Amino acid sequence: MADASYPDDVKYHPEHDWARIDGDVATFGITWYAQDQLGEVVFVEPPEVGKSISKDEPYAEIESVKAVSDVVAPLSGEIVEVNALLTDSPEKINEDPYGDGWLVRVRLSDVSEVDDLLDRETYEGSLS
Amino acid sequence: MAAGAETLKRTPLYDRHVAAGARLVPFAGWEMPVQYTGIREEHVAVRRTVGVFDVSHMGEVETAGPGAEAFLQRVLSNDVSKIADDGAQYSVLCREDGGVLDDLFTYRLAPARYLTVTNASNHERDLAWMRAQAEGFDVELHDRLADYAMLAVQGPDARALVGTLADGELPRRFRTTVLTVAGAPDVLVCGTGYTGEDGVELLIAPQHAPAVWDALLEGGAVPAGLGARDTLRLEVCFHLYGNDLIEERGPIEAGLGWCCKEDTGFIGSDAVRAARESGTAETLVPFVMTSPGIARQGNPVVGGGEVTSGTMSPCLGQGIGMAYVPAEKAEPGTPIEIDVRGRAREAEVRAKPLYTKER
Repeated sequence: MADASYPDDVKYHPEHDWARIDGDVATFGITWYAQDQLGEVVFVEPPEVGKSISKDEPYAEIESVKAVSDVVAPLSGEIVEVNALLTDSPEKINEDPYGDGWLVRVRLSDVSEVDDLLDRETYEGSLS
Repeated sequence: MAAGAETLKRTPLYDRHVAAGARLVPFAGWEMPVQYTGIREEHVAVRRTVGVFDVSHMGEVETAGPGAEAFLQRVLSNDVSKIADDGAQYSVLCREDGGVLDDLFTYRLAPARYLTVTNASNHERDLAWMRAQAEGFDVELHDRLADYAMLAVQGPDARALVGTLADGELPRRFRTTVLTVAGAPDVLVCGTGYTGEDGVELLIAPQHAPAVWDALLEGGAVPAGLGARDTLRLEVCFHLYGNDLIEERGPIEAGLGWCCKEDTGFIGSDAVRAARESGTAETLVPFVMTSPGIARQGNPVVGGGEVTSGTMSPCLGQGIGMAYVPAEKAEPGTPIEIDVRGRAREAEVRAKPLYTKER
């Protein structure tokens, strides 16, 4: 498993999600802390492309050996892509949570919501 | 009571767990390692080589005295008179109505001295129950929880490893021997386990446990946590009290009729006999998921019944579990549907065990 990391190029949601913003499209995933708490991810139940999701509401489920956990949307919008790699390789979430372990791409419905997200320093501070 | 409001107990190996990088979680009032490097890795180590589990949270009750056998015959479901001098036996502790209070292993230490291993969450209740039934029997009951640390050394290489540390021959399966192990005197070595692998369980005076732990790790044993213990036992369909066994269910529906000998007249034997003769509405069965996803404890079986244990099987690579289902669905091969958080998922009833070692 990778060492703890919290990159600067994403924004953080207090429920341990990240969003990498590119105009009005964002990529979502879970943070290093979240995958570490979950343990080895064994199954991901992704949402369907085209589905609308709402900030702070669950939009996907991640199963570890131990338990199932909801993943909360850091921002609102419509799913435009799900990470197909996770179907066969859910462990990518543990190995590379900010890279190959991304979950979905979302067309944002309200870009101003980004202002509610946390920067790396604030998020990391919330973990201690 | 809010979680964390009580002080969690620590085993004599707490410092070892911290040093080994364990994730410690509250479990039945104890602060226990759920995993070290990862459940799958630890699971596979036990299946392929050897792992060591600290199970010092488990309780022990000693029953001693001229009436020991007669007393245990009254409270335990199995035929206690069949335990050899150095033997071990599995049984359940039942209420009058046959409801299961605990499932336990009893080791015979001497002709009139027995040690019964309890589940941590049930220890106080078991002890109180046994004391309440002891009137009229010439026995003494001793709470030995604090007197033993317990290590389970499990896996195909377990016996070879413990053999190099012990000063005598290890016991056969379901037998016990007292040996010096890694310098620790008077270790009760038992040919038992909870993983479906060969191995031994060691009951050790607490002050000697760290030295034994260190020697086992030095010899190549992989520290394994409660997470791997759960996935290992579920692959071979061993019951977990609190999941697959509860007070409101009897041993017959749980598939434990084999350890109930009603002719001994144990407490609950009338109810168990009636259940055996007339059958039960539901039966505990193992299942595998035939669609993606993992059923978990509490998920309803569509049409009646409930999942009591569920996980991802590291060896089979698919979701597995145990569930109470209506008796007519208990036949291996029967397709069932499980409501996994609102989605109907397909599964299939299977025979025990779900995992069989390739030989």
